[in-house]
Amino acid sequence: MNRRLLRWGVAAAAALLWPLLQPNPYHLDVLTTACLYALLALGLNLIVGLTGLLHLGYAAFFAIGAYTYGLLNLHAGWPFWVGWLPAAAVSGLCGVALGVPALRVRGDYLAIVTLGFGEIVRIAFTNLEQWTGGPNGLLGIAHPRLWLPGHGVLDFGVSSAPYYYLVVLTTLATAGACVRLSYSRVGRAWIAIRDDEIAAACMGVPVLQLKLAAQACGGAIAGLAGAIFAAKQGTITPDSFDFVLSVMVLSMVVLGGLGSIRGAVLSALVLGSLPEFLRGFEQYRMLLFGLSMIIIIRLRPQGLFGRGGRAPMLRDGPTAA
Amino acid sequence: MTPLQLFLQQLANGLTLGAIYALIALGYTMVYGVIQLINFAHGEIFVLGAYAALTVVLTLGGTGVSWGVLLAACAVAAMGWCAVIGVAIERVAYRPLRGAPRLNPFITAIGMSFFLQNAIMLVYGATDRQFPNPLPLLRWETGGVTITLMQVLVWVSSAALMVGLQWLVMATRLGKAMRATAQDLTACALLGLPVNRIIAVTFAIGSALAAIGGLLFGLSYGTINFHDGYLIGLKAFTAAVLGGIGNIPGAMIGGLVLGLLEGLGAGYLSAQWKNVFAFVVLVLILLCKPTGLLGERVAERA
Repeated sequence: MNRRLLRWGVAAAAALLWPLLQPNPYHLDVLTTACLYALLALGLNLIVGLTGLLHLGYAAFFAIGAYTYGLLNLHAGWPFWVGWLPAAAVSGLCGVALGVPALRVRGDYLAIVTLGFGEIVRIAFTNLEQWTGGPNGLLGIAHPRLWLPGHGVLDFGVSSAPYYYLVVLTTLATAGACVRLSYSRVGRAWIAIRDDEIAAACMGVPVLQLKLAAQACGGAIAGLAGAIFAAKQGTITPDSFDFVLSVMVLSMVVLGGLGSIRGAVLSALVLGSLPEFLRGFEQYRMLLFGLSMIIIIRLRPQGLFGRGGRAPMLRDGPTAA
Repeated sequence: MTPLQLFLQQLANGLTLGAIYALIALGYTMVYGVIQLINFAHGEIFVLGAYAALTVVLTLGGTGVSWGVLLAACAVAAMGWCAVIGVAIERVAYRPLRGAPRLNPFITAIGMSFFLQNAIMLVYGATDRQFPNPLPLLRWETGGVTITLMQVLVWVSSAALMVGLQWLVMATRLGKAMRATAQDLTACALLGLPVNRIIAVTFAIGSALAAIGGLLFGLSYGTINFHDGYLIGLKAFTAAVLGGIGNIPGAMIGGLVLGLLEGLGAGYLSAQWKNVFAFVVLVLILLCKPTGLLGERVAERA
């Protein structure tokens, strides 16, 4: 436990000190994007990795978070710090609202229902022009402003570093929460459902409630990320939340090793910044990206941090000691 | 146009689209039936087929061959090319992962889809390509409904292919081997069936059907773009699930139902929302009958 805490501590310190050593705004932007991916991967990991529900419409929750904050800001004038958590809450509720009907189906059918949900949400945001601005999206969403002692009010504006710190801190806090959650009663029940749903139900695990809880938590985390994304960009369009995004996040979770939290974070950081590293190849970069996905899975079928066991989370956990 | 004529016209349009969806859906459903994999690269195979056919049309178009020969050449070239690519994809991206956790080949399938889509873009360019139609512009008016030769060609050829496939799967030794592999791959291997070859043949047939889908799509709609495979592949997959994935008649019915829904939905409700109807109906059908229209098996895996 202590070694792990140390590892996370070192990672956190490195992440927070990075801008002081490398204040290049472009690099920070790339890392901010990668960190947003990490946040999404953490959320989807709860649904796919821990609970074993294959979800192909995760970008919808990200979109709902972004649009909730955008609309609250534009119509009600809510600043970021006030609108952030409600955005996450709305996303989480949508997770439950989707889950109630969708969780009646399983496996690949669930995958396709969630895929349908993702498409419906995106097309709805595109077509409901009177509220969402249609294909042009929402414009002029306020950037966050923060009062810092000694600095006065800091407007995040279009600078890179404040968003970087915001995303890194949120990701670290979420990762910490996910680790604690995965060792909790709820987390162990999720893993039990993933490994054998019928056995879990027989042991008295309230399967449906817990699946809904996973959807709610995963949705809320995507909502957190979505609101940050909206605040950073200032403009959001439905195109940013397409199926490719859902698939990218899913690949990160699988490449990291299903259920592994550091795996999800690290593979999100790698895959999230890979397109930028490949920018030198410009038009070949998505081609190489697809190729690297195939190669990584072929070289490490269990994912970067998966261990091939049934419940890797439990192996070095407090209960297994 | 009277309401009835409008309805029949939308029906005809929907049927054309549905037949193309059905051809592509067959590839999804066959592969799923045999190795329980959602072959995400299948939409790209469809586009590849369309571009292969386009290449043939552009090469042979000016040489004065009759349109029948030209179409046959297109069909043969597209089917052959896509069958080869389909088998190659299976060999490179799926076979090494057989026996790995189920999500892994799914991820390589996604990687393959990205790879192919971008390869197609690099080869053929990122803009819409015109797809010249060598067919004579024949059309028939019956009771105020216009039916083109193109639509008849789509209906007849897809019906013939579906009947042929059904015959192949139900009445030949190869089909029996495919069905056996779908039921229990390990047992088949133990009994000495060349399962790898059977799976490869399944990919080849599925890809060849998608190639015909691509040819018919290009001819019917007149343009093709490298990212068409994404939405059409998604719809075809939806059609396969709608009919009950793994079930061949199900994929045909699912494709037709989806095409009709889209045609009628676009005609009567709103063209903007037509993609939503497809998914809403899909979700509703799955919620009422979670295994699709014709599916019997309950998928227990996640």
